[in-house]
Amino acid sequence: MKAFRTHTGLVAPLDRANVDTDQIIPKQFLKRIERTGFGEFLFYDWRRTPDRALDPNFPLNQPRYAGASILVADRNFGCGSSREHAPWALDDFGFRAIIAPSFADIFANNCVKNGLLTVVLPEAQVELIMKRAQEVEGYRVTVDLEQRQVRDDLGVAASFEIDDFSRRCLLEGLDDIGLTLQHEPEIAAYEARRFGAR
Amino acid sequence: MAVELQKPIQERAPSAAGPRTLFEKIWQEHVVCDPPGQPPLLYVDLHLVHEVTSPQAFDGLRAAGRRVRQLQRTLVTVDHNVPTTPGHLPITDPIAARQMDALRRNCQEFGLELYDIDSPDQGIVHVIGPELGATQPGLIIVCGDSHTSTHGAFGALAFGIGTSEVEHVLATQCLPQQKPRTMEIRINGPLPEGVTAKDLVLGIIGTIGTDGATGHVVEYTGEAVRGLSMEGRMTLCNMSIEAGARAGMVAPDEVTFNYLYGRRFAPKDAAWDEAVARWRGLKSDAGARYDKVIEIDAASLAPFVTWGTNPGMVVPVTGRVPDPAAARTSAERGTAERALEYMALAPGTAIEGISVDRVFIGSCTNSRLEDLRAAARVARGHKVNPKVRALVVPGSQAVKRDAEREGLDQIFRDAGFEWRDSGCSMCLGMNPDVLQPGERCASTSNRNFEGRQGRGGRTHLVSPMMAAAAAIAGHFTDIRRWRFQ
Repeated sequence: MKAFRTHTGLVAPLDRANVDTDQIIPKQFLKRIERTGFGEFLFYDWRRTPDRALDPNFPLNQPRYAGASILVADRNFGCGSSREHAPWALDDFGFRAIIAPSFADIFANNCVKNGLLTVVLPEAQVELIMKRAQEVEGYRVTVDLEQRQVRDDLGVAASFEIDDFSRRCLLEGLDDIGLTLQHEPEIAAYEARRFGAR
Repeated sequence: MAVELQKPIQERAPSAAGPRTLFEKIWQEHVVCDPPGQPPLLYVDLHLVHEVTSPQAFDGLRAAGRRVRQLQRTLVTVDHNVPTTPGHLPITDPIAARQMDALRRNCQEFGLELYDIDSPDQGIVHVIGPELGATQPGLIIVCGDSHTSTHGAFGALAFGIGTSEVEHVLATQCLPQQKPRTMEIRINGPLPEGVTAKDLVLGIIGTIGTDGATGHVVEYTGEAVRGLSMEGRMTLCNMSIEAGARAGMVAPDEVTFNYLYGRRFAPKDAAWDEAVARWRGLKSDAGARYDKVIEIDAASLAPFVTWGTNPGMVVPVTGRVPDPAAARTSAERGTAERALEYMALAPGTAIEGISVDRVFIGSCTNSRLEDLRAAARVARGHKVNPKVRALVVPGSQAVKRDAEREGLDQIFRDAGFEWRDSGCSMCLGMNPDVLQPGERCASTSNRNFEGRQGRGGRTHLVSPMMAAAAAIAGHFTDIRRWRFQ
């Protein structure tokens, strides 16, 4: 997994609540058996009109947000289906961090496994960042995982919380399967205790 | 698949820790180790696998040279992509065919048994787990699918995971997990006539919202929950995720034991008696504390219909589409306005005045025998409205066989419903069963998200009885006033 320490990037606003993973990556793209190449299908039905042309009204299609690497959205981002294709698509599109007042559990878990940082900030802070992303051309923020802080050049310095283990995994880019396999003796002992010798 | 999935840990000191919730008991029993600086490592008793969320996980195993640690604790089927036309054929979508082939190859390479499309046991993974008796009280069950919460109906701790975690479980049979908080949702009194488990869970989501249970494992308690069949409890737990819950659960009782008795992977003979004795202890102790408690009066519930684009946007069938102007915040107003625009509905429209083009009876929420019986009871002696195309998709081949044995298929066919093979079908439209843009559907599935059943499709979530009634009337209608024949 790729590591995340600190990242400064252009912010794209998605001023919607309860953005579900069906919107992030619609089902017709879940049939691929690879982990990569989902970026072009990100928010497909929102980004494209029914005749598949790019909808100029959708923020990610606007030239001013080209190259955005931080997404700011409203509450309960990533709800619904457990599809890890959602973080794969966000990552492949170029996002490194998502800022919102809350995230759905499975989605947030899936993000950590892919080096994508979900930053929970109070609603007022998210609103402010959203507003600036909409109003200030070229608006960038720094997401600093080491300091657990989001900063901009206009005075925002907001702390966020993240559990120590997820933080460590992200900072070090840890393979958590490898970490679990270090506990092989304990797993074997548990199985023997519970199911008898094999 | 092993016949016996669980044995008790002998060393565990009983009642050393004071009153515990059902969740706490299962959690504690499954902690393999609690390393400093890491979340506890939990043991997974049963891992359900399907074609959509597993190919990249098997690739990961291959790349790292890892094997599947516990073949007999891994149950594999195809459900999301399968066509539901008779014989599950033809598979006209080459990308879907490739994904199903990938699962076949992976099962072969890693030594896993697969319930393939030609298997008599094939079906939606959340239907066949219980049906085969693999889902049992006290287990930890995971699957790369958010509706894994279904299995909590048996007093198991069951939750959805992503593909990286699927790989983790395949390789280690364990998952590092942060401990969730607990929530009790108590439903006081019995469900009124015409109000089903589906209406109950829609009512709950409408009350607490689509993120009302985020970060929590919900235990459903109270008279109305005790009164539900296993099928009803599965419907209830299935949609826990739609309220954001990590899992939903119902403590096992005689209803649970009667359902499981004699099923293929259920314990047999002396092991059965021993298992039941152990399962009886799987309930929250008197005085056990939850982080949050919500009480709902069953008498306040009605047959519900969703009007918007998430499952929390719900009103009684006798109600009207709400006015966004009445929303509490501007953000909520914006969300409601957007939903109404997508659904092409005006505020104040009577729900019973909304006509439908399509009806879908199926999905891991409502495709079991009891659901089909309920829908058939409504359909018997009636005809599907000529403007409506209606589909019945049994959850598994076993459900299909049982329904046909009872003649339910004939009732549906006589009324003008299409009778299909098993699969996820139009719940998410990964197979050819999709809505066309602008089509409006009464659906027994679990998500009314934009485009869920097909781009531009408009989904209204209802119970199987309400769906069947809508198919016949051509619009939503109150099942409590239905003329059963």
